[in-house]
Amino acid sequence: MNTQKDLRGSRKMVIEVEGVNKWFGDFQVLKGINLQVREGERVVVCGPSGSGKSTLIRCINGLEEHQEGRIVVNGQLLDNELKNIAAVRKEVGMVFQEFNLFPHLTVLENCMLGPTKAHGLSTAEARDRAMEYLSRVRIPEQAGKYPGQLSGGQQQRVAIARSLSLRPRVMLFDEPTSALDPEMIKEVLDVMTDLAQSGMTMIVVTHEMGFARTVADRMVFMDQGRIVESTPTERFFANPDSDRARLFLSQVLSH
Amino acid sequence: MAAHHKRRRLNWIDYGVFAVLLAMASYVVYQVDSVLEYRWDWSVIPGYLYRWDEEQQRWVTNLLMQGMFTTLRLAVWCIVLAAIIGVAAGIMRTARRLFPRMLSRTYVELVRNVPPLVFVFIFHFFISSQIMPSLGIEEFVRGASPGTLVWLQVLFGPADLIPNVISGVLCLAMFEGAYIAEIVRAGIQSVPETQAEAGLSIGLTRHQVLQYVILPQAVQRVVPPLAGQFITLVKDSSIVSLISIQELTFLAAETAVSTARVFEVWITVAALYFSVCYSCSLLFALLERRMTVYQR
Repeated sequence: MNTQKDLRGSRKMVIEVEGVNKWFGDFQVLKGINLQVREGERVVVCGPSGSGKSTLIRCINGLEEHQEGRIVVNGQLLDNELKNIAAVRKEVGMVFQEFNLFPHLTVLENCMLGPTKAHGLSTAEARDRAMEYLSRVRIPEQAGKYPGQLSGGQQQRVAIARSLSLRPRVMLFDEPTSALDPEMIKEVLDVMTDLAQSGMTMIVVTHEMGFARTVADRMVFMDQGRIVESTPTERFFANPDSDRARLFLSQVLSH
Repeated sequence: MAAHHKRRRLNWIDYGVFAVLLAMASYVVYQVDSVLEYRWDWSVIPGYLYRWDEEQQRWVTNLLMQGMFTTLRLAVWCIVLAAIIGVAAGIMRTARRLFPRMLSRTYVELVRNVPPLVFVFIFHFFISSQIMPSLGIEEFVRGASPGTLVWLQVLFGPADLIPNVISGVLCLAMFEGAYIAEIVRAGIQSVPETQAEAGLSIGLTRHQVLQYVILPQAVQRVVPPLAGQFITLVKDSSIVSLISIQELTFLAAETAVSTARVFEVWITVAALYFSVCYSCSLLFALLERRMTVYQR
């Protein structure tokens, strides 16, 4: 993984966030956000709840509009043009806290919907691709079941496969293990670790500090709508730049 | 959820209530029989369902069964048309743009806040004077080839009554569409916003999200109220008897007057409506069970 870090300078920029401000009504959730993510980089975003982490990654695939600033994904400017938002989403996979699988479709159909309808693949191609990624998240045998018949951990792995089936260039994870029972967290984190090792560009919002430590290249710490610091992982855990991050770490790592 | 045991035995209160109901029913029968001095005569009824046609040498439908079939045709076409209107208006009510929302809201509120009968009178006046002539249905039927005419008669009933049936269908469908729109709207809104987000995040357009993610779930959730509305529609179809659509209620009124067998005719008609509506509700219950198989 270290060799990848050395290459970072030469790698292509995948996500550029510049001076982004966002308000919900009068409340400013994002304040002057700047963030660059290069190809193959794994960034973990952490911070106390309400700090704007989820809002930030929801802005990156256009699920939330930002009022000020620039977001560029794979060279595509994300503005309020529907066409551009759609173009961005085809390159960006998103995994939600609550899985958000489609309950009326089987696991396989969940994974085929995007490829067939958004990317125009044939049913046969989409099925092969869906099965490929279901194998990768280790549940090909559940393909014929409905989401309601699966455990939370299995559902989240299906959700990851559903996003991967679109062959995205970036994967966004919005607290992927927060809604899971403790015994199911590991199976999801294992899949995510595999994914990271395969070179996928990832932005992960999570409180799983163990996962962050093994997988992340860089830690982004947010508080009250600001990025307080953006530090290489080892330094972040050993000796963070800000007192606020140090306090946060002492709280989440104490147990 | 805790197991909910339905008791399968009646207790003494149930028997008491049952006895009271029985007593009340007996009283009504006694009143009709002795005080009203009503002479029951069911013998004329079968003849009004089917009669022997001397010319054709076969049994043909008479007034009541003709009305029954007209009602069924009316209901089937009305369900199709009202479903189209209702789904379209329901989707419009949840649109992001203001204009479709306003348009649909106006339609729904207008219909729901005017008595059905008044609406049908007004709308029928408009249909019969404006829409029916411009649709050219009468000319079409008159000019139809014998082959087409056979199909038209299967689908819409006797040729001379086709324009009559169609204007009834339009009236009823406009009316029922508003109620279906409300059910569809409720169904769409019951699907969590996160489903739409998940759909968008896999690159679907808003239209595709509606088509592949929201509507299938919405429809599945509204099967019970929709089924109820369709059954209501069958019963409401009796309203159009007042604009001279020759369906079951209209022909029953004629039969009741001409035979003077008021009770017999209307009880028969009630039984006919009941059998249709109850069959429908059994059918929908079956459908509902099959659709909820995969739910948690």
